[in-house]
Amino acid sequence: MQNHPYIWNYIPLLMQVGIVGLMTLGMVTMSWFIGRHRNLKDKLEAYECGIPAEGDARGRFSVRFYMVAMLFILFDVEAVFMIPWAVIYRRLPAITGSQLFGFWEMVVYLGFVVVGVFYVWKKGVLDWASDKADL
Amino acid sequence: METGLFTFLIVNLIKIVVVVVILLMAVAYTVLLERKLVGRIQNRWGPSRVGPFGLLQPLADGAKLFLKEDLMPFAVERPLYVLAPMIALGCALTSIAVIPFGANIQWHGVDLFQISDVSIGLLILLGITSVGVYGIALSGWSSNNKYSLLGALRASAQVISYELALGLALVGVVMRAGSLRLRDIVNVQTGHSLVAFLHWNFFGGFQFVAFFIYLMAAYAETNRAPFDLPEAESELTAGYHTEYSSMKFAMFFMAEYANMITVGCVATLLFFGGWTSPFGHFLSGSGPVSTAILSVFWFVAKVFFFLFLYIWVRGTLPRFRYDQLMGFGWTFLVPVAIANIVVTGLWMGLSLPAH
Amino acid sequence: MHLALFLIFGALCVAGALNLLLQRHPINSALSLIVVMSSLAVLYLLLGAEFLAAAQVIVYSGAIMVLFTFVIMLLNAGREERTRGSKMAYVIGFPGAAVLLALLADIFITHSGEFHRVHAGEYVVSTAALSGVLFRDLLLPFEVTSILILIAILGAVALARKEH
Repeated sequence: MQNHPYIWNYIPLLMQVGIVGLMTLGMVTMSWFIGRHRNLKDKLEAYECGIPAEGDARGRFSVRFYMVAMLFILFDVEAVFMIPWAVIYRRLPAITGSQLFGFWEMVVYLGFVVVGVFYVWKKGVLDWASDKADL
Repeated sequence: METGLFTFLIVNLIKIVVVVVILLMAVAYTVLLERKLVGRIQNRWGPSRVGPFGLLQPLADGAKLFLKEDLMPFAVERPLYVLAPMIALGCALTSIAVIPFGANIQWHGVDLFQISDVSIGLLILLGITSVGVYGIALSGWSSNNKYSLLGALRASAQVISYELALGLALVGVVMRAGSLRLRDIVNVQTGHSLVAFLHWNFFGGFQFVAFFIYLMAAYAETNRAPFDLPEAESELTAGYHTEYSSMKFAMFFMAEYANMITVGCVATLLFFGGWTSPFGHFLSGSGPVSTAILSVFWFVAKVFFFLFLYIWVRGTLPRFRYDQLMGFGWTFLVPVAIANIVVTGLWMGLSLPAH
Repeated sequence: MHLALFLIFGALCVAGALNLLLQRHPINSALSLIVVMSSLAVLYLLLGAEFLAAAQVIVYSGAIMVLFTFVIMLLNAGREERTRGSKMAYVIGFPGAAVLLALLADIFITHSGEFHRVHAGEYVVSTAALSGVLFRDLLLPFEVTSILILIAILGAVALARKEH
């Protein structure tokens, strides 16, 4: 297999995506055609435990959910940066010429991020139970 | 060995179909296993009527779900409502493609026990997990139902929060292996003595902290007890799949169990030596055939252990409260994961040979 | 093989981008953007940038678009209304786009001899090679990134503050 261009390693993955996609599409279509349909008005309303539905489910939600999504982006970027560092960590002494240089690189990097976590924590953004958070 | 493109495609097609069918069977029987075990934990029998010991129950369930009426409520956003279960199940079944489930045995230049041996396997798993969120988020929103929306919201916020801890927990393992290829990560953990299991990342790599972070994050990722708030039946009926019926409901169900299996596979590969025998050369096979059989045996046995653990935890622990859940993820798991990276880095840096 | 994959995913990318513009509901546009991002990842893969492809999926498709969908889903953003478009778009936008296109085409045509021809899949940049450069030659930008992330965290918290 070594003689193949490297993209050949990914072709099975792409094939898997395609096959699984077709399969799920097939499942959805088949179940639509196999089951019988007896549409009653009551049956097709939004389910609220048998009581007629009140309004619809389009409302606004706590800002905490947006905060989580925003913080997730930032920390995710940070985590993605750590992965190449981890891959090469064993070889960093040879590359940089110092035993612990690679370690201090990451400590400085993580230091700023930890300050960020600490700040968010103290601001009460991560405390979902309290109303005192500055949100 | 050089193989033509056409042969390559055909062989891979067969491999993928076989693996997906086996995975779907495994999903069906994991459901049965869970019902049986939870039954025993609660001092009852679980399914026992269909076939011997209830062994045909999954097939009966599958057939029943296929024949059920497929509802399409008035208020839903149609294309997205149909798309959501497809995304959920699609992502769950795709991640198996990069997982090596047996020793590297080549047959006519084709790797028998892995679909796609890529050098960034671990990142691909993370990527597929992060795309899987859309299945849940869209199902809740497109259903236009309050329970669904609340469930989907909870689920997406929880999944993205714990994904962070999960990603950080993996860094220590990658540091030890120096590679993102899953086969390399396993090879680092192999030993030859009778106590080869001491080379596993869990023991030898001293990554058991990372393992416990991974385990908890994985339970939250798959929305399983004790983190099953998105489908907390006492508050939200069924959470994000309240409005789904028939096969669409079954697809969410299958996605959950397929994700459980994937998470078990990843835990096995990263922390428990993958397909290698825990006892070195003992019980690891000598010829190609016995090596193949025994490596798959060990892999399946280890994954089975994780599935058992999943079900055991579900049968034992009560559900978290939502604020506890988010607090636990952000203020406990993430700092501990960062500390684990720093400690592992220092330890490895000091013990690496001077250049 | 490379050409076939390039054509498929390039077409998917362009189709997603067009769909993004033409859809009237913002959530459909957001989903098309995910398709664009993911097909871009495959194009990176074709060029041999494995890590970049994975990072593209994890960060863009996985994290940034989740925020987009969250905002669209929860702010109750409805279907947008068709307008005739602003005057500015007609006066500046279309000529601007035309000029940009002409400029790019001109540069490509006059300088086409100077480009090095690179065939897809010729170079494969392994993650280790990438990090070798990142953690030695590009160390300062790397560390500055963490300060950038810190500032962004402060910004995110400030953005969500109550108005006093």
